[in-house]
Amino acid sequence: MRTEIRFAGSGGQGLITAGVILAEAVGLHDGKYVVQTQSYGPEARGGASKAEVVIDDRPIRYPKAQRLDVLLAMTQEGCDRYYHDLKPEGVLILDADLVPTAPTSAALAVPITRMVREALGRELFANIAALGVLAGATGIVGMEALTAAVLARVPKGTEQKNRDALNLGFEAGRSAAASPADEPEHDEV
Amino acid sequence: MSAEGSREALLQGNEAVVEGAVAVGCSFYAGYPITPSTEVAEGLAARLPATGGTFLQMEDEIASIAACLGASLAGAKAMTATSGPGFSLMQELVGYAAIAEIPFVLVNVMRYGPSTGLPTSPSQGDVMQARWGTHGDHPIIVLTASSVREAFDMTVKSFNLAEKYRSPVILLLDEVVGHMREKVKLPAPEAVERLERIHPSTPPEWYAPYEETNTGVPPMAAFGDGYRFHVTGLVHDRMGFPTQKKSEIVQGTNRLYRKIERGFREICMTDGVGLEDARTVVVAYGSVARSAQQAVEEMRDQGKPVGLLRLRTLWPFPRAAFERILDGVDDILVCELNRGQVYREVLRVSRGRCEVHKHTRTDGEMITPAEIVRALRERI
Amino acid sequence: MDVPNREIIGRYLRHAKRFPHIWCPGCGNGIVLGCLLRAIDALGWNKDDVVLVSGIGCSSRAPVYVDFNTLHTAHGRALAFATGIQMVRPKLHVVVIMGDGDAVGIGGNHFIHACRRNIDMTAVVINNFIYGMTGGQQSPTTPQGALSSTSVYGTLDQPFDIAGLAASAGATFSARSTTYHVKELEKLLKAAFRHKGFSVVEAIAACPTTYGRRNRQGGAVDMMKWQKKVAVSAKRAAGMTPEELHGRIVTGVLVDRDAPEYTEEYDRIRRAAAEGKRVAFRSQPGDVTSTRAKEY
Repeated sequence: MRTEIRFAGSGGQGLITAGVILAEAVGLHDGKYVVQTQSYGPEARGGASKAEVVIDDRPIRYPKAQRLDVLLAMTQEGCDRYYHDLKPEGVLILDADLVPTAPTSAALAVPITRMVREALGRELFANIAALGVLAGATGIVGMEALTAAVLARVPKGTEQKNRDALNLGFEAGRSAAASPADEPEHDEV
Repeated sequence: MSAEGSREALLQGNEAVVEGAVAVGCSFYAGYPITPSTEVAEGLAARLPATGGTFLQMEDEIASIAACLGASLAGAKAMTATSGPGFSLMQELVGYAAIAEIPFVLVNVMRYGPSTGLPTSPSQGDVMQARWGTHGDHPIIVLTASSVREAFDMTVKSFNLAEKYRSPVILLLDEVVGHMREKVKLPAPEAVERLERIHPSTPPEWYAPYEETNTGVPPMAAFGDGYRFHVTGLVHDRMGFPTQKKSEIVQGTNRLYRKIERGFREICMTDGVGLEDARTVVVAYGSVARSAQQAVEEMRDQGKPVGLLRLRTLWPFPRAAFERILDGVDDILVCELNRGQVYREVLRVSRGRCEVHKHTRTDGEMITPAEIVRALRERI
Repeated sequence: MDVPNREIIGRYLRHAKRFPHIWCPGCGNGIVLGCLLRAIDALGWNKDDVVLVSGIGCSSRAPVYVDFNTLHTAHGRALAFATGIQMVRPKLHVVVIMGDGDAVGIGGNHFIHACRRNIDMTAVVINNFIYGMTGGQQSPTTPQGALSSTSVYGTLDQPFDIAGLAASAGATFSARSTTYHVKELEKLLKAAFRHKGFSVVEAIAACPTTYGRRNRQGGAVDMMKWQKKVAVSAKRAAGMTPEELHGRIVTGVLVDRDAPEYTEEYDRIRRAAAEGKRVAFRSQPGDVTSTRAKEY
């Protein structure tokens, strides 16, 4: 079955890396067919950025995502622009602080970046935590495969922090999925 | 390529070009950074020096292709990679390589143009420039690829054809294929075919670098091998010296064409889906062939007599593949990311034997399978 | 010892080939080619090891006449072709012969970058102040005020000082002479060929046909006399004021210094790359300003 995932955010958030790691996890470690694509603006930092991963049990022809099973948005703009591509039963994961206005109450809003900053001291690992949230909330990728893929990609010396970020995200994703109707934790008046 | 390598990897098309080049024995790269081809340069900047080869970042694209031609004349398998604007800059020396018969590979990862255009958006707008971008009549070999694995295979093929036919070979990728990542299993190095140029077996004093041969391809010595020959972009005689004699001019140009024509069967590569019973055939290449295949498979599942003819070689135009299907089909639908460059060729080779339509897209996005299905439904 | 000149030259010409040559009576190109052949002969280079590369223009027809590995490239691109050859076969002696328009007009970018890379090859630039082959259009070295078929009211653009440009772009050997000073020119070519690194020799030459006639410089002999008159050695020039040097041609060695040669340095990169290491350089990433200018 074809599964389409899109990461939307801005350059510098590491979402293309997240897409690559997810693709390696499901392709090389889970043994599925996978294609990863991306689009980005001219800016290395700050412009709109999107990464897509298409997973299937059979060879993938059209490589891009069109009807999303998962949209993971790390900016309000990314959420607003791509929300309409989400299937009715698709999962919307948001960074609760960076996407203050959720388009649906069914969104899984997790304060990914803040959570990472508070627990690990730096926002740098937010993309890895986002992968953890994705795994915890959807089960699209197994944690074993994901951990292996993360460790194979990240610079030497940062393995433990990345592992922590991944696990942090996983737990947050799992609990968010368990209570999907929860409002984002900040108040919307 | 039967024996498969041990390791699976998630690679970009551009990275697969790097792997293909290294596998086939490329030892020289000169280039200038340009999106969306830069990963080829970055990959070879790391790989070539480590294997004793040379990577040079030159001052511009013209210098890049010139350095490649110099390296090839010194005996190296050489390549460069670029995109639209850089491809335009290189055109003069593509012609030089054609007339002086210098093997080398030019990878053009097509982006939306003209001019700076949309640097990060895909296009297939350089099909005609690849054929006719340099001035004057000349033959050229232009290959393309639809997947990451095929980017590897076609890079290998490009080098092998370049060496075998003493010709420049252009590999036209598009941004989608260049940048997308797929899981691939690359062949073991020993399973990769590596053709070498034919070296002269005559003593130096008898060597004629542009002589007539059965294949039309003259043996090629390298500078420094003891064959002191002359190379020029002027029209030349069999010894390589400038000539203005009508008989020598015509003979030289005819041989250039003949050597490629003799290789049509090997050079012109296509494949297909359902061509044996299709009444409507989609023609596509590069990334668009992926959408086309999905569309054709969907419709065949519904019992519709449609097929896909996928072009792996664009130039020389694979006319024979069309000859094989033209009598059996009612319609051809050409799908491409330009305003109809291959469409016109299909019109030309079909000579009214069937209806030819096009479905094109020029908004910087890929053609989707759904669009092709819609276009096919209008015909059936 | 005293081998007649014609015998030396005769060793290197492609006898059965394309003669007569294309150059006009009084042209300086043949003089420069003669100096080049005598210099090569004096160094005892094996013909098989010499690659003579050229661009497009009158002077760039030289390779066809001589019995080396010869490459007549496209306009302006000779140095870039030569770079590819030298990188693949660093043992070869690569000599690039160009005109002024070829080297610092259409090929100017390649010229300055070749200078900064310091690859072991020699650029011989024959400067006749004009595009001769196309019939006398202004070139990047046409003096201001001079007439040409495309500067019919006088040339407006400032001319390049080719040997000076080479020096400031980083060439480790730069010299200049004229076709009048054949002995000096031959000596400078020999020194340039011996030099390890990128060397430039600018040879001032006459084009009586398209430059001299239009600018009332007389015939070929008069133009040679002019070269003799305006030439001043680098040594003497050092003690002259800019006003005194106005209109003079400084000859001799302008720069001759040692610096790491590119193909050898590249071998260090290869060795380091094979071990997966970085290469250590004298300069550090923070050393962004060039201090090279002070060296002259």
